[in-house]
Amino acid sequence: MSTQQPGAATGPGADVLARPGTGPRPVVRLAGVTKEYPGGVAALRGVDLDVGEGELLAIVGPSGSGKSTLLHIVGTLDRPTAGTVEIAGHDVATLSDRSLSALRARRIGFVFQAFHLVPGVSARDNVAEGLLYSGLPRAVRRARAAEALDRVGLADRMRHRPHELSGGQKQRVAIARAVVGEPDLLLADEPTGALDSASGEAVLALLHDLNSEGATIAVITHDAQIAERLPRQVRIRDGRVVEDARAVGDVRTRGAVAR
Amino acid sequence: MTGIRNHGTKRLRAARLSPRDVAHVGASGLRSRPMRVVLSALGIAIGIATMVAVVGVSASSKAQLLERLDRLGTNMLVAAPGDPLFSGEKLKLPKDAVGRVSRIEGVEGVGATGDLERTVRRSEKIPEDETGGIGVKAATEGLLEVLRGRVASGTWFNAANARYPSVVLGHVAARRLGITAPGQQVWMDDRYFTVIGILAPLPLAPDVERAALTGWSASKALLGFDGHPTSVYERSADAAVHDVRKLLGPSISPQSPRDVKVTDPSAALQAKAATEGAFSTLLLGLGGIALLVGGVGVANTMIISVLERRYEIGLRRSLGATRGQIRIQFVTESLMLSGLGGLVGVALGAAATAAYAASGGLPWVVPLWSVTGGFGATLVIGTVAGLYPAVRAARLSPTLALHAA
Repeated sequence: MSTQQPGAATGPGADVLARPGTGPRPVVRLAGVTKEYPGGVAALRGVDLDVGEGELLAIVGPSGSGKSTLLHIVGTLDRPTAGTVEIAGHDVATLSDRSLSALRARRIGFVFQAFHLVPGVSARDNVAEGLLYSGLPRAVRRARAAEALDRVGLADRMRHRPHELSGGQKQRVAIARAVVGEPDLLLADEPTGALDSASGEAVLALLHDLNSEGATIAVITHDAQIAERLPRQVRIRDGRVVEDARAVGDVRTRGAVAR
Repeated sequence: MTGIRNHGTKRLRAARLSPRDVAHVGASGLRSRPMRVVLSALGIAIGIATMVAVVGVSASSKAQLLERLDRLGTNMLVAAPGDPLFSGEKLKLPKDAVGRVSRIEGVEGVGATGDLERTVRRSEKIPEDETGGIGVKAATEGLLEVLRGRVASGTWFNAANARYPSVVLGHVAARRLGITAPGQQVWMDDRYFTVIGILAPLPLAPDVERAALTGWSASKALLGFDGHPTSVYERSADAAVHDVRKLLGPSISPQSPRDVKVTDPSAALQAKAATEGAFSTLLLGLGGIALLVGGVGVANTMIISVLERRYEIGLRRSLGATRGQIRIQFVTESLMLSGLGGLVGVALGAAATAAYAASGGLPWVVPLWSVTGGFGATLVIGTVAGLYPAVRAARLSPTLALHAA
């Protein structure tokens, strides 16, 4: 068990709190997170995970490993049975459902495998929907939506409706919707899962670009190849983090996480 | 929490949706399924249309009656001989009854008829017993004005023609005799009388409609009329009706006021106007049932909509919608759905009333309360029908909703 960098994924013995200010600020901080479903099925068993600001990481694991549950917990869509979850400095356990909604509206962006755009509505309005619950006036929402579409390279597709877009373009619209509020954290659930390889490449490149501009992005995937191409990989199996590896320059360091 | 101290200093507060945004999210579900919207709004529309039409049709009929009442006035009273206390004695009004009534304070006009035991026939060839139910009455010159009657063709009695064998026919009498225009003659009491006028319908005096009227003096001279009026019609100011009614008996017959029977011919019309619409309770009930069924249809549509759109609910929750915002979205959708049905229903009901009114020559009346009440009912139904599905939608766990895709 070892930790390579401050603010990196930690085992029980490594605590970034002991060294404040030495690394990027954690956007996500999970400590001993366990999620059990009625009937005694445990989807997560004591997961510790820190994600620092500006990181791009893959949460990778086979189906049934608990990565979707992890996504829901990190996305504050679900609460853990045990352990603490802090997102952007907020302890989720202390927040009401209303406050969690506000947290999601301002701090977290979601990208889903199946895009889930509103049919019959222009790309721009779809992106603006990402700000609907932020409290911004409609005109501002539409202006920011245009900027976000520009940022994902779809400035010429503002008025196109979803059925007029390719799969890759749809996913880029969905990404624009997720980042239009400039969230602290972007959660992408199998973002390339429904795309051909060329479109998948483009989407991954876009995520890299957004990351280089400062966005903190967690990609949830079962695809080890996609995970390999991201700077950090957190492998999950049977509800536990089994490996946390990150590349430093060209050198890839690996840390086996204690069970 | 030193490592994350820079984050989250601001309190988290969920933003409110503006009314326009609420309408926007509420309409989003409707836009994507227009056919279902039309069908489920139709149920509401039929219910509301039935109720608005039922109320509208009876209100139109009532308006017509009131219009007629207004034209005819409710300020006319009729004095007639009462029923004798002891049999065998036939009561009569005094000969100067018209003069006595005209002196009562508040009386504006007086007219009288006197029944004659005569028959009127088209010619002497017609058997005497074929009277056609037509009475012969002596009439004063003031009668027509008091009745607010109108001569359909020809002329009414005046000082000149009232002395000669001339006759004015009520419109029913003219029809039964086959007289279509003045100038023709009818056979009365062994001689021909010339028809000088035919009256328009008189809703307040059906017996005058069915009579051949002769001038007061000619009746005395030619038909053996004794000069005792049978009915004295008077019209007074509206405010005076009550007092005049009390004074009619004593004025006509000071010795025995009870021998005078006073009636108000407009009372029957007033009663009819008052009860107009009572029959429609059953139809209103049917409309209510249709509305209820429509409401169930909306609730059903909403429940299906929630089931189908679980993923959308999950997505909106992930975008930051609170439970309350999900709830208001679905209630708004339900309100819009039934409100749409209500609008269409009000329009249909008003159109049906207009068609009925046009076909029956009635004034077109759709009471405002039926429109607002009907529309209000749809909003209540929309809220009630949408509440349960909306609460279900809001309670849906976001993760379960996202899995349902």
